[in-house]
Amino acid sequence: MAQVTTTEVTLIEAGRLAVQQEMRRDPTVWVLGEDVARGGLWGQYKGFLEEFGAERVVSTPISEATIMGAGLGAALVGTRPIIEMRIFDFVMCAMDELVNQIAKVRYMFGGQAKPAVVVRMPHGMWRNSAAQHSQMLEAWFTHLPGVVVVAPSSAEDEAGLLVSAIRSDDPVLIFDPKDLWGATGRIAEKIEPIPFGKARQLSTGDAVTLVTWSALVPKAVEAVALLTKDGVMVDAFDLRTLWPWDEDAIVASVKRTGRLLVTHEAVEVGGFGGEIVARVVDRLGPQNIKSAKRLGAPRLPIPFSPPLETQVRVTTDKIVAKVKGML
Amino acid sequence: MATRPRPSGAGDNLKRLLELYRTMVRIRAFEETALAAHKAGEIPGPLHVSLGQEGVAAGVCASLRKDDRLTSNHRGHGHAIAKGADPVRMMLELYGREGGSCGGKGGSMHIADFSVGMLGANGVVSGGIPIAVGAAQGLKMLKSDAIVVCMFGDGAINRGPFLEGLNWAALYKLPVLFVCEDNGVAAFTTASSVTAGPGALARAESLGVAGVTIDGNDCPAVDDAVTRLVAKVRGGSGPQFLHAKTYRWTGHTSTDAAAWRDPKEVADAKVRCPIARLEKLLGDRGVDAPDFAVVATQAQAEMDDARAKAKAAPWPKPETAYADVQDVGAAAWHK
Ligand SMILES: Cc1ncc(C[n+]2csc(CCOP(=O)(O)OP(=O)(O)O)c2C)c(N)n1
Repeated sequence: MAQVTTTEVTLIEAGRLAVQQEMRRDPTVWVLGEDVARGGLWGQYKGFLEEFGAERVVSTPISEATIMGAGLGAALVGTRPIIEMRIFDFVMCAMDELVNQIAKVRYMFGGQAKPAVVVRMPHGMWRNSAAQHSQMLEAWFTHLPGVVVVAPSSAEDEAGLLVSAIRSDDPVLIFDPKDLWGATGRIAEKIEPIPFGKARQLSTGDAVTLVTWSALVPKAVEAVALLTKDGVMVDAFDLRTLWPWDEDAIVASVKRTGRLLVTHEAVEVGGFGGEIVARVVDRLGPQNIKSAKRLGAPRLPIPFSPPLETQVRVTTDKIVAKVKGML
Repeated sequence: MATRPRPSGAGDNLKRLLELYRTMVRIRAFEETALAAHKAGEIPGPLHVSLGQEGVAAGVCASLRKDDRLTSNHRGHGHAIAKGADPVRMMLELYGREGGSCGGKGGSMHIADFSVGMLGANGVVSGGIPIAVGAAQGLKMLKSDAIVVCMFGDGAINRGPFLEGLNWAALYKLPVLFVCEDNGVAAFTTASSVTAGPGALARAESLGVAGVTIDGNDCPAVDDAVTRLVAKVRGGSGPQFLHAKTYRWTGHTSTDAAAWRDPKEVADAKVRCPIARLEKLLGDRGVDAPDFAVVATQAQAEMDDARAKAKAAPWPKPETAYADVQDVGAAAWHK
């Protein structure tokens, strides 16, 4: 097999290169959102204005409803917009356009509409940004028929899943992990699409199955290392896509381990962990499961002050303790 | 049609006037037929009909090409017919039957026919505005000279997307014609009682979107105004605005008898009927009353046929409920 040359890049750069590659490939792909012409809030579109021009790199007014809705309208006439929400929390101002329009048009119009949009929503806790700039509400969108829900945690996945998203005819919601923008990984010069719905195995073991995604992946990896030292071997997965999610991989794992812990940064109550636990228990039967648990944040808004924020976070230690309690 | 010699002049194209007339009469026949079918229990769910407002839909769409796009609101039957949608498929959709415009998944409030550029009615007030400006942005990007017409009611101008969408269209000089179909009411409320300031056009102008206010019941006047506005929009002058004043003869939905409204107001409005008004003009131009009857009979026959077909059509197959949600992960949906 020919050697593929790879370069080490940050997650943010991986995403930038993926979008750039797709915009070079397909002239109907374009980006709209606040400040995208200056490179985006995070630099994820750096250099795009110079390369692709103002018609395809559109810095918009602070009009979230219209950023979302115009993206849909432009998709309905055959372009492929990437809708940048700047920070996830602002999507609340565009919920009608996302929930009632984008997620519905194909179905409601009997298949006439093709809402091929990508919505990027950098989410999660990030350097004491408090209650309106830190939320993880990805579970809401798994509840929403009509959309694909993606939550990458590595540079490789950010790139490959973005390529899939841009090429998909479905609306794809990408929850970029703000806290992991700087995480590094290696990507190939030609970024290949990563299929939706396939988990990435982080470690193998037979004591317990650990499922997570987004910002908690590095913490889960640390927890696995600590548990391994104590002789507890963990079958750990980064789900990567929350809808559709890799049910078969997780069910197969729990069938072997008999134990399942789902951990996410989002509030535990009503989180997507509940759905995963319920499905796995359904499919394997409760008699075949020794323990199935969730670990998420307490049901609180995210506080500002560093020690208060730390209190709310799911940490490596909390994951380790939770796993040990299940053995 | 029998015609006597008539004077000629601007806006006096007889063929065009007869086309406007026919469109209005077809819309009215569709709405009356749908209402009757609803009363008879044949159509499930509520209907928002546009009786009395036919002049706006017919006048606006007369200047549009098939590839021009249109976004509509909850009261969209007339817009769809004027844009060229097939009334049979529309009626099937109202009945929720197989073969309906949306396969029975949308119903009255979500009538869409992409094959004639009708990008959909909308169940959310002002929901079509951002979609329209985005469609215009996409068309511009694709170097198309098609334009977008965005229809909404006077109730929509109090929602945020109105401000956002007009600002956006003006900013990027997009090919959109905004049409505020001002029937004086928003659902069950007199619109002026909940709207501050000098109204729709003044709001548009404050955002740099120019336009005109006209009598929407004067269908040829709507047509004339739209012809000029569409030429500007297609010519690259950016968005334009039409504020068309009209009146809704019926209640908000098919089940609303509108007892909340002064009957005199409705009676007065009926005197200003856009169809009767054009008949008078056409009469002055030499068209005879029997000719009107022919148009009406044809339109009624067309809609009766649509009703009969819809009534006889099969229900959608239950498994089609699972189709057209999304491609990725679709199989998992059935579980
Ligand atoms: C965002 C939103 N709020 C409320 C409604 C309920 N609603 C449906 S139609 C309507 C009135 C809209 O007024 P207008 O646009 O003037 O149209 P009209 O029905 O009077 O013809 C309302 C309030 C809705 N569909 N969407």
